[in-house]
Amino acid sequence: MIAAFTLDRRQVLLGGGALIVGFSLRGAAAQEAASPAKRPGSLATTPYLDSWIRIDADGRITVFTGKAELGQGIKTALQQIAAEELDVSFEAVELVTADTKRTANEGYTSGSHSMQDSGTAIRHAAAQARELLIAQAAQRLNQPADSLRAENGAVIAPDGTRLGYGELIAADILHVEAQPSSKLKDPASFKVMGRPIPRVDIPAKVTGGAAYVQDMRLPGMLHARIVRPPSYGATLTDVDGAAIEKMPGVVKVVRNGNFLAVVAEKEFQAIKAMLALAAAAKWQEHPQLPAERGVRELLTNLPSRDMTILNVSDPSVSGLRSIEATYTRPYQAHGSIGPSCAVAQLVDGAMTVWSHTQGVYPDRQAIAEMLQLASDSVRVIHVEGSGCYGHNGADDAAADAALIASLIPGRPIRVQWMREQEHAWEPFGPAMLTQAKASLDAEGRIADWHFEVWSNTHSMRPGGAGCLLAAQHKAEPVAEPAPKPLPLPEGGGDRNAIPIYAFPNAKVVHHFISQMPLRISAMRSLGAYHNVFSIESFMDELAALAGKDPVEFRLAHLKDQRARDVVQKAAEAFGWAQDQKPPAGRGYGFAFARYKNLAAYCAIASEIEVISDTGRARLVRAVAAVDAGQIVNPNGLINQIEGAIVQSSSWTLYESVTFDDTRITSIDWQTYPILRFSAVPDTIDVHLIDRPGEPFLGSGETAQGPAAASIANAVTNAIGKRLRDLPLTRQRIRAAIEA
Amino acid sequence: MMSLKINGQDHQVDAEPDTPLLYVLRDDIKLNAAKYGCGLGQCGACTVIVDGNAVFSCVTPILLLKDKEITTLEGLGTIEKPAPIQRAFMAEQSAQCGYCIPGMMMRAQALLQRNPNPTDQQIRAELAPHLCRCGTHMRILRAVHRAAEMMTRADAGDQGGTL
Amino acid sequence: MTLSARIGLIIAAALIVLGAAAGALAWRPAIAAIEPPNPRSFDPELVRRGRQLVALGNCTDCHTVRGGQEFAGGLPVVTPFGTVFSTNITPDPETGIGRWSEQAFQRAMKSGVDRAGQHLYPTFPYDHFTHVTDADDRALYAYLMTRRPVRAPAPANHLTFPYDQRPLIAGWKLLFLQRDEVTPDPAKSTVWNRGAYLVQGLAHCGACHTPRNALGAERTAASFAGGQAENWVAYALNAASPAPVPWTEDALFDYLRNGWQKDHGVARGPMAQVVNNLSLVDDDDVRAIAAYTADIFGPPAAGRIQGAEAVRAEAAKPRSGPPQTSASTSAPKASGPDSTEGAAIYVAACASCHETGRALPYVGVDLHLSTGINAPDPRNVANTILYGLAARNGERSPIMPGFAASMTDAQVTALLNYLRATFSKQPPWSNIAQTVADARQAQAAFLQTAAEPPNIAIHTSPRGQP
Repeated sequence: MIAAFTLDRRQVLLGGGALIVGFSLRGAAAQEAASPAKRPGSLATTPYLDSWIRIDADGRITVFTGKAELGQGIKTALQQIAAEELDVSFEAVELVTADTKRTANEGYTSGSHSMQDSGTAIRHAAAQARELLIAQAAQRLNQPADSLRAENGAVIAPDGTRLGYGELIAADILHVEAQPSSKLKDPASFKVMGRPIPRVDIPAKVTGGAAYVQDMRLPGMLHARIVRPPSYGATLTDVDGAAIEKMPGVVKVVRNGNFLAVVAEKEFQAIKAMLALAAAAKWQEHPQLPAERGVRELLTNLPSRDMTILNVSDPSVSGLRSIEATYTRPYQAHGSIGPSCAVAQLVDGAMTVWSHTQGVYPDRQAIAEMLQLASDSVRVIHVEGSGCYGHNGADDAAADAALIASLIPGRPIRVQWMREQEHAWEPFGPAMLTQAKASLDAEGRIADWHFEVWSNTHSMRPGGAGCLLAAQHKAEPVAEPAPKPLPLPEGGGDRNAIPIYAFPNAKVVHHFISQMPLRISAMRSLGAYHNVFSIESFMDELAALAGKDPVEFRLAHLKDQRARDVVQKAAEAFGWAQDQKPPAGRGYGFAFARYKNLAAYCAIASEIEVISDTGRARLVRAVAAVDAGQIVNPNGLINQIEGAIVQSSSWTLYESVTFDDTRITSIDWQTYPILRFSAVPDTIDVHLIDRPGEPFLGSGETAQGPAAASIANAVTNAIGKRLRDLPLTRQRIRAAIEA
Repeated sequence: MMSLKINGQDHQVDAEPDTPLLYVLRDDIKLNAAKYGCGLGQCGACTVIVDGNAVFSCVTPILLLKDKEITTLEGLGTIEKPAPIQRAFMAEQSAQCGYCIPGMMMRAQALLQRNPNPTDQQIRAELAPHLCRCGTHMRILRAVHRAAEMMTRADAGDQGGTL
Repeated sequence: MTLSARIGLIIAAALIVLGAAAGALAWRPAIAAIEPPNPRSFDPELVRRGRQLVALGNCTDCHTVRGGQEFAGGLPVVTPFGTVFSTNITPDPETGIGRWSEQAFQRAMKSGVDRAGQHLYPTFPYDHFTHVTDADDRALYAYLMTRRPVRAPAPANHLTFPYDQRPLIAGWKLLFLQRDEVTPDPAKSTVWNRGAYLVQGLAHCGACHTPRNALGAERTAASFAGGQAENWVAYALNAASPAPVPWTEDALFDYLRNGWQKDHGVARGPMAQVVNNLSLVDDDDVRAIAAYTADIFGPPAAGRIQGAEAVRAEAAKPRSGPPQTSASTSAPKASGPDSTEGAAIYVAACASCHETGRALPYVGVDLHLSTGINAPDPRNVANTILYGLAARNGERSPIMPGFAASMTDAQVTALLNYLRATFSKQPPWSNIAQTVADARQAQAAFLQTAAEPPNIAIHTSPRGQP
C-alpha cells in the first residue's frame, strides 16, 4: 500500500498539514522493477522535484532528504549523487536531512533503504532538474537543448555562453512532478559518484564540534533525567518529591502516573536529583518474565500464527538422506555507546523536538497523539545521535523530553538516558528459533528443504503513541498497539527465511508470535541475522553430509550470476581451497546471503582461532565480497561492511540479554559485555564488485547474517562440533569440545 | 568556585567539588568532545588527558584535579588546524557514528606522547578500556598507526600526512 | 641494600660453598633427548585429566605472557633477587619441552632439574610440585605434549650476583626442598585428604600465602600465615586471617567456584587468575580445596564471630541511594590533616558505586566487609584504587575504573587513611605513602605482562537496579 499523494512545496516549508502519508515499510524501491511506470525511489511518494532540490537565485543548491544520518555516511553519499547528476561540484550542494518542516516523508531510515529510496529519488530528481535547467536555457538562448551542456553549476552553449543555474531558476521550474524516467548520466563520465569522498560529518566529530543531539545547548535549556520503573509493568506506589525539589538546581519533579522525572538547571544536579528520587520512589513490581527458560522452550510455548511463505514442489525429485537441526538466537541489545537523548521545547503551543529518531514523521505523529496536539503543532528535527542499529531508545527519549517540555513552556528540555536505563529499557532484537530439515539426492544435491522460524514481530516502532514508554507510563496510558508481522518480500522474523538457493522441493513456515515477554523491536537486519545464520550453518551441515566443499556446495545450488560472483570472489580472495586444512586451533568458515533476497549480495570467509582449554574463540581474519549495485562511495561502503562484520562477530560470540523473573539483569557493559580491542580481528578485507548503471542495493545490513554464519562454520571447522545456539560463548564452545 | 586548568587556560568553575569532570567540561566549559557513555568507567567515551595520562572524566570528581593540566580533544587542534591524531582519523575515515572516537583519540594521544612507536599489540592493549559499537576498530587501529608516523615525521621537521 | 638482602648475600655466599661441597648433588646428569612424541600417542582421557591438573597448577599464568602464545613462556617474574623469565613448556623441540621424556618432566617436577641437568630456580614451585604423584605427572605431561608447539626462546634472566649462579640452587634445595610425600591422615575425610594433597602440592597455595625467608624459601613454621604475589598481599589463611567475616568451607567453595562471595567480595589480582583457572576444574576438587583450607583457618574465635555479626549488620543497613552531598552514610571517623580530604574523595569517587545497593559482584563489596581494609598492609586496597578491575573481553565480569592517572599519591594516601578509619576497627596503617608509590610501579608492570586482565569471568547476572 503506497498512497500516491501530492506534496505542495509551500506546505512543506510551512510544515503544513498535507503530509499525512500512507508510508509503507516496504518502501518504493522494492517494487520499482515490477511497475516501470512508477516513479523511481521515494519520488513515488513525493513526486515534486522541489521537494528534493531547491536552487536559489544566487545559485545556491539545497538538497532535501527525508532520511537521516546515522553514522552510515548517508549525507555524503546523497550529496555525491546530487552533485553528480546536477553537474556541480560536491561542495556546491548543501544537504538538509529529515525534518518534518522541511523534508519529504520518507518513513524510517532503516532496512538499508536510504540509497534505494532517497538516493534513487535524489538521483532522478537531480537529473530531471538538470534537464529542466537546460531546457530553460535553450528557451532563453533560443538554441536546441541538445546543443547545450551542463557543467559546474551552469548551462553552457556551444559559443561559450554560460547561464548559471541561479539565473535560470527564476520561474518555479522545479515545482513539477517527476517523470517516471530520467536521462541519467553515463557512469563512465562520473566525476563525484563512485569516488571515496571523505565523509562530511567526520571533521566535526574528531575535533569536538557540535555533532550530536547530545551536544545541543539551547539558550535557557534545562536538564532532565527520568526515573524509570525497576521493571516492566511496575507501578509507582509512593514517592515524596518535596525533599528532592529542594535540592540545589532542581526546577521540578515530574510525576505523571508511573512516569517520574526530575528537571534541573545543570546536568549533574539533575543526575543527583534523579538518584535521590529513585531512592525515594516505591514501586510494586510484577514478576512476569520467563526467567530460566531457554529460547526454545520460551518460543515454542507461546501461541503463534502460522504462515507458509514458500511452498514449491517437484515430485520427480526426492531425497535419500536427510538431517535436521534447530538454531536459536537470544534477545540482543543495540547497545549504542551514547545513551538516547533528545531536546524538546514548547513555544506558543507548538512543540519542537530534536531527536536521533529514525523516523521524524512517525515520531511526530506519535508524540502529537501522546500530547493530544494536532500533528502540525509538532515538529521533529533529526539531529545525529550515537550509533543507530535499529529502533533503540531514541523515540522514547524524544517522547520523554516532549512530555516534560509540555509542562515547562518556553524552556528547552534536554533528556539523556543513563547507561543502565538504555540497557534495561531499549527495545531488544527478538529471540528467535529456527528448525531446518533437508534431504540430499543420490548426487548429493538438496532435493527437499523444510525451514520454520518462530519469532515476534521485528518492529514496534511508533506507529502511534502506544509505542512510546512515556505514553505507556503516564497516568492515562496509551495502550501498546497489537504487533503485526512485517510483510514480505522484506519480512520481519521471516526476513531471509526463504532460501536464495534453488531447491526442487521447498517449504518455509513463519510462526508469528504476538506475545512479547520482553520489549522488542527492530535491530539491524531483523530476522535476517538469525535466518541467515541458520540457513548458512545448515548448508554447511548438508555439505558435510554430501562430502562436498562448502563453497562448491553453495555454488551447485546458486543460479543468480551476481550471487555466484560474490561467492567466488570471496573464496578466491580468502584463498579458499577444496583440500584446505587449517593449522591446529584454527578453522575456516564460509557464508553467503543476499540481504532480503533483493538488496546487496554479501559473501564472507572467516578464519577463527579457538583456544580449546577455555573455549575462547576469536575472529582472526575475514574476507568479504559485496555487490551493492552501482557504488556511490566505495570507502563508505567498505566502512559499513567492516563495521557490520565486527559488530556481528560481537553479537555472535558474546551477546545475550539476561533477566530474572522480574527484571532485566544485563544493565551495563559488565553484565552485557561486547567485543573489546583485545579480540579485534587481525585483518578484514572487503572486496567490492561495482555494477555501474545498476540500481543501488541497500548494504548497511547485508553482512550481519553472513558474518555470523561464517564464524559459526569456522568454529565447527576448528573444533569438529556444530554449535547451533547463539551466542557461541566460550562456555558453549568448551562444552562442545568436551562433549 | 574552583579553578581548573583546561587546554592551557584557567577556568573558574562554579560546580560542587564532587562533580565529575565530564559534566564540568560539557555543562560549564561548553566543550563537546568528552562524551557521556556510561558514567561508570566501563566504555571510555569520556576520556580526556590529565597530566599526560588518559583519564575517564565521568568518574573523576573535580576535587581531584587541583593544579592538574586537563587536555580535551579540543585542546589538541581545531577543525581548521587539526592535530596529527585528528588528521590521521580523518585520513583513515575512522568513524561511523563517531561517538566513541574522541575518547579513543585521547587515549591514543596519551600513548603516543609516552611511546611514539607503539606496536599493534601495544595499541590494542592500550585501547582495551574503550568500546566501539559501530565496529570501526580496524580503522581506529590504522589511524593510530598513521598518527604515530605523522608525529614521528613531524618531530623530524616534516609536517607529515595529508588528508 | 636492605638488611634482609645483606643477610641474604651472606647466606648466599655460604650456600655457594655448600653447593660446591655437595658436588654430587649439584651435578645432575642430562636425560637423553627424545623425538617429540606424536600427540596421538597419548590417551585422550589422560590428556583430559591433565588439563584439569594444569588448571589446578596455574601453569598457564606463569608460562604465558601478554601477546604471547599459551604455555610459550616469557613472563617476567620479579623476585627480590632479580627477574626470572618463565620458560616455554610447549612441545616445541628446540625452545620448548618437545625433547623431554616423561622421565625428564617428572624429574623437573620432583626436584627442579631440567632435562639437560641444570637446576631450575624455585620460582618454578617444585617445592610443592615435588608432592605431585607420578600418575598426575603423567597426565600433566600428556596434556602439555599435546599442545601446539610454539617456537619461543625464553629471555635471559636478570639476576644479580651471586643469584645468577645456578649451583647455588643445589644448596638451596638441600635446605628447603622437602621431597617427602603428602601422607594421608586417616582421621580426616577423603575430601579433606584430597584437599591436603592439592593445596600442598599442585595448587601450591603456600607459594603465595606463606611468608618467605631471606632466601626466598617458604617459612614452614609459618605456613599459610600470609605472603605475597606480584605486590599483592596473599592473606593469611590461618587464624590470623584479617577477613571481617570468618571464612567457612561453603564460603570458600563459592569464592573459588564463582570468583566472588557475598561476605568477601570479588577475587582480583593474581587470585583472580587462580579462580579463572579453577573454573576449568570439577566441583569435587574445588570442594576438596575449600574443605582443607577451611580446616587451616580453623574455627573462628568467639570474638571474631561477634565482630562478623556486627559487620554484617552494618553492611546490611539499607542505603538511601548514593550520598547526596559530603555526608556519607558512613560518617567519617578519621581525624588528622587529610581525613577531610579522604572523606571527600570517598564520597565523590567511591560511594557513587560502593553505596548504590546494587548486588555483588557487579558493584564493590560493602567496605565494612573488605578484607583489604582490615588487613595489616594496605597494599591490596592501594592496588585496587590505582588500577581497578579491568574489563575482560566478551566476558561478564566486574569492572572498576582505576584512579592511577587521576589521583596523586597524597590523594590515595588520604583516601586509604579514611577507609581504614571508617570501615575497620584496626589501628591506622603506617608507611602508606611508600606502599602507594610501590603499588603504582609494581602493578603497572604486572598489568602489562599478565596474559589476561586479572579479573574474574562470571557466568550469571544477579539482579541489578536499572
